[in-house]
Amino acid sequence: MRLTRSGERSMLRVEERPYTRKLGENMTKIVLLAAAAAMSLGLPAFGGSHGDGPVKAGFVYVGPIGDGGWTYEHHQGLLAVEEHFGDKVETVYQESVPEGADAERAMTQMALQGADIIFTTSFGYMDPTINVAANFPDVKFEHATGYKRADNVSTYSARFYEGRAVQGHIAGKMTKTNKIGYIASYPIPEVIRGINSAYIHAKKANPDVEMSVIWVYTWFDPPKEADAAKALIDNGVDVVLQHTDSTAPQAAAAEAGVISFGQASDMSEYAPLPRVSSIIDNWAPYYIARVQAVMDGTWESVDTWDGIGPGMVEIGEITDAVPADVKAEAEALRDAIGSGEYHAFTGPLNKQDGSPWLAEGETADDGTLVGMNFYVEGITGEIPN
Amino acid sequence: MIRLERRPAPSRAWAWATPLLAVLATMVAGGLLFAFLGKDPLLVIRTIFWDPILGEFAFYYRGQLLVKAGPLILIAIGLSLGFRAGVWNIGAEGQYIMGAICGAAVGLAFYPLDARWLIFPMMVLAGGLGGCLWAMIPGILRTRFNTNEILVSLLLVYVAEQILAWMALGPLRSPDGAGFPGSRNLRHYDAAANHELIAGSGMHWGVVAAFIAVILGHVLLSRHILGFNIRLAGASPRAARFAGVNPGFLVLTCLGVSGALAGFAGFFEVAGPAGQINIDFNVGYGFTAIIVAFLGRLHPVGILLAGFLMALTYIGGEAAQATLGVPAAAIQAFQGMLLFFLLALDVTTNYRVRIDVRARA
Repeated sequence: MRLTRSGERSMLRVEERPYTRKLGENMTKIVLLAAAAAMSLGLPAFGGSHGDGPVKAGFVYVGPIGDGGWTYEHHQGLLAVEEHFGDKVETVYQESVPEGADAERAMTQMALQGADIIFTTSFGYMDPTINVAANFPDVKFEHATGYKRADNVSTYSARFYEGRAVQGHIAGKMTKTNKIGYIASYPIPEVIRGINSAYIHAKKANPDVEMSVIWVYTWFDPPKEADAAKALIDNGVDVVLQHTDSTAPQAAAAEAGVISFGQASDMSEYAPLPRVSSIIDNWAPYYIARVQAVMDGTWESVDTWDGIGPGMVEIGEITDAVPADVKAEAEALRDAIGSGEYHAFTGPLNKQDGSPWLAEGETADDGTLVGMNFYVEGITGEIPN
Repeated sequence: MIRLERRPAPSRAWAWATPLLAVLATMVAGGLLFAFLGKDPLLVIRTIFWDPILGEFAFYYRGQLLVKAGPLILIAIGLSLGFRAGVWNIGAEGQYIMGAICGAAVGLAFYPLDARWLIFPMMVLAGGLGGCLWAMIPGILRTRFNTNEILVSLLLVYVAEQILAWMALGPLRSPDGAGFPGSRNLRHYDAAANHELIAGSGMHWGVVAAFIAVILGHVLLSRHILGFNIRLAGASPRAARFAGVNPGFLVLTCLGVSGALAGFAGFFEVAGPAGQINIDFNVGYGFTAIIVAFLGRLHPVGILLAGFLMALTYIGGEAAQATLGVPAAAIQAFQGMLLFFLLALDVTTNYRVRIDVRARA
């Protein structure tokens, strides 16, 4: 799920210059001729060229690769594919592709140049992926975090909320002020699931815990994230969770001497304190499996939503700043979720307004989780609209 | 010693030669940059400037050039009028967003009514009006309270972005979107969609509007009294006042027209290539159009050419990324060089370069 922006804004002032009208008129003619020529050329039907050579895998990234975060982890997946298959695979990628028309062009370009499988790694690429896939029935498309599929479009996402459960448990145990804070990006189901999961498990570990949520409406904006972290800390929060990509909250937590968790990447440069653990996106096994399926001719459209078990969600090392017993509990929770023995949303759970949601022992179905738009009981504040 | 000597009158030949020289200088300096990155400079330059027009997949890229250049040209034409008159609308990005929101909102309000003859024209008007009214804010603040329109129009971009996010998450959010942000896709609603006029050509109503704007802009500036007043006010505000030009009226006209054109561009984009209102709908056309306006010497035909050149560097740059693995940052640096060389070479329009051999005694 990405709705990141990129783009440098520039301002400039230049003084006006005179112009030559005659030259201008000639240019008008040239341009009109060129435009007419461009339009009169009929456009042949689309079709990718696929030879017997290596499988070509394309990756469309929403941000720059950088040195950590969402796009970085997808690129790690690409590198893993290269390492696993060697010269049996050829990869191409494009960074900082805006969602919309530009995304369609990036995908079309890859398909025209013979890509066999294209991974589009942002929620905002959903409609563009479907549109382009319709033009290239022989190319396989894999769209991250979306819900629209087609014969040649699969979707995949990770159950990050499973990792949030582990973080919530550690947070509940570690807080001394009984106040934990959550830096949230956008009010969308993925983020709301994370908040609920973290809160449920913090509350289980510590019945007195309270959680404050700050919405920053960005996935990556270091100053904004730092401000949010400071605001939480000023209000007495001593454990900060983040659903944004930058390390700015880690730096703010380090300065204030409170605890934080790495997000998307391990952020181990902030270990052992303030970062006591992390959620790491690990796309490598999935990407390798899907490229393999294309090679074997066994690829088909699927909807994958993997968590800790298959390794798509990894829990970064829990540092020694966490007491041994808490660490052991957290690891046990991680393993129980990973083995499927325990579900992060297990009843009894009520919704925020007190209405019952899950009965004793009942677990949430994926349909509800995918569209989750409510807080569980105990969380204060409202989901912004 | 190198000395700059002011020309008695700006050189016309240089005014037109500098953009071409800037492109050449960019190719040379950019080629060096790519060489340092371990890429074949000729291959990269060819991928950027040649392949989209005449390469193997040009049949696809040519249409994309229109898609990319259309909004740039449409916005830049509007901006150039103001820039000529000394009215600095830096906030076209915000007007573009507001045009898109207003146009899309009108269309979505009628969903799923099937009456394109009614809905589409109303959406176009709403788009233009939205951009125009948003530009009126800095306009009226300037004429009434003498505030600086550069700052006001720029800051209103950030306000518009917040409104965009609110719309995507709130009032315009698709009821069928499972709680995800973003409006319905207008391309899937035929009465409101700005489809390609010829499938695969890239030609949509926004591109048509851009061409019309070029022609009207040219006629306005060369034949109409308003165009004369605009040029006069830019060249000499005092003379313009003596000639009876109402400066307040001129400010509002320039901002209104540029806002409306940016609004149209936003609407055509949201109903066509982009398809839906979403948090990240705007990708910087309003800012890039400023570069296009100056690259095109604030002249309609120049802007037309500059719009295509800029579109070419985007599309070719993307191709170089995807096929040759050139980093996105190198492509951005390459685009920056183009502007840098243009501004640097512009010195030659107003100045002669003299080289003195005599040392000072």
